Amino acid sequence: MVWWLALLWALLKLIIAFLFIFLTALILIYMLRKVMGHMQYRMGPRHHGPHGIWQTVFDALKLLGKEDIIPNGIDKYVYLFAPVIAFVPSLTIFAFLPFAPKVAASNFEISLFFIFAILGFSTISLLMAGWGSNNKYSLIGGIRGAAQLISYEIPLVLSTMGVVIMAGSLNLTDIVNAQVKIWYIIPQIVGFFLFFTCGLAEINHTPFDIPEAESEIVSGFNTEYSGFRFAAFFLAEFVNLFIICALAVLLFFGGWKPFTNPIAGTICFIAKTYVLIFISMWVRSTFPRFRLDQFMDFGWKFMLPLSLVNIFVTAVVVLIVDKIR
Amino acid sequence: MQVTQQAQFNVNYITLVVFFFVSIVFVPFVVFITKFLAPHNPGEEKNLIYECGVPPRGGIFTHYYIRYYIFAFLFVLFDVEVVFLYLWAVLFRNLGFAGLIEVLIFVAVLILGLAYVWKKGILKWD
Repeated sequence: MVWWLALLWALLKLIIAFLFIFLTALILIYMLRKVMGHMQYRMGPRHHGPHGIWQTVFDALKLLGKEDIIPNGIDKYVYLFAPVIAFVPSLTIFAFLPFAPKVAASNFEISLFFIFAILGFSTISLLMAGWGSNNKYSLIGGIRGAAQLISYEIPLVLSTMGVVIMAGSLNLTDIVNAQVKIWYIIPQIVGFFLFFTCGLAEINHTPFDIPEAESEIVSGFNTEYSGFRFAAFFLAEFVNLFIICALAVLLFFGGWKPFTNPIAGTICFIAKTYVLIFISMWVRSTFPRFRLDQFMDFGWKFMLPLSLVNIFVTAVVVLIVDKIR
Repeated sequence: MQVTQQAQFNVNYITLVVFFFVSIVFVPFVVFITKFLAPHNPGEEKNLIYECGVPPRGGIFTHYYIRYYIFAFLFVLFDVEVVFLYLWAVLFRNLGFAGLIEVLIFVAVLILGLAYVWKKGILKWD
């Protein structure tokens, strides 16, 4: 294929990914407000359109018309670059996610590894926002975000190791294809719980939202942002939620299986992802926030040893099963 | 076969570069557009940092007790370990039992380190 054709093809994929991201973010914000509303005996948005479905669209448009206030005394470059970097993982990871057999932007041999490498960007942006804001509470929020990464990145990555051992590949398409007989949720149930918990911690989802704990440090790292810069953080947060749930579906719930048709597979994959997103929203409206020290202890003294045990138990069992066959 | 693999490789990286580039450019671009849509009247009072709603006192560069900087050392150790473990996990079936024993020894050294740190009370919070 000539390079400009490849470039055009990449641009086409990019436009689709962009549309998908914005649609997803709008749907997720609306869904969050509705789900949490009903779980708390409220109605959620209900005035604009049937069941208030246009509310988030109007909110997003309103954010575009907001004044871009840049407060005094900030560390200019760090402050301005933080939202830029926050958005990088949200879009770039969509270059790796396979939706169905032929529906993927690219097909890297090490896509899982790439995804974890890029997911770390979101925490750097958080630390940058905290540092640049000239605000004590933001700085505390940023440092907490770094602590979160330090404690939960390792169990997150280790928890996928069991799946990699069983599938023998880091390519997400291969991992899904290896789940023909059985979804990995059954042999890797511990791995799934580790992955989901650490994933929620990695993207600062409640009950792990300590970098932006509203009741302790105002709004944490994004207190000083306004207008579209604030929206970029917000957008990244919701897209990251989708990414973590999509990864969980690919690794543990058989991705687009039982379908092999691209269209039916995509629909099946997205439906499974939305079920997991609903569960994470359920968690969000049910659990109180962790205290920071409990949170760190939980990461180092429980999640990390458990994930290591999980890997080696998986390895031994896989060896024994292979021997018997 | 060789050619198509090379083509796939190129397509992969062109896609990745395009996605990465656009993801960096996107936020500045939209912020630039909103300059024409949004009002812009900065003021003395308005440009104060919000902090917690009252006029801020003192700068941010005071002393913080970052309790978890030793965790950061541990993080680096374990993160490098993870990279090596990935290689082993992908080739697990080829390496077999011998590979498992070798990796167990490798991880055991690190776990000993974690146990030592734990015993020493560095993971404690106060």
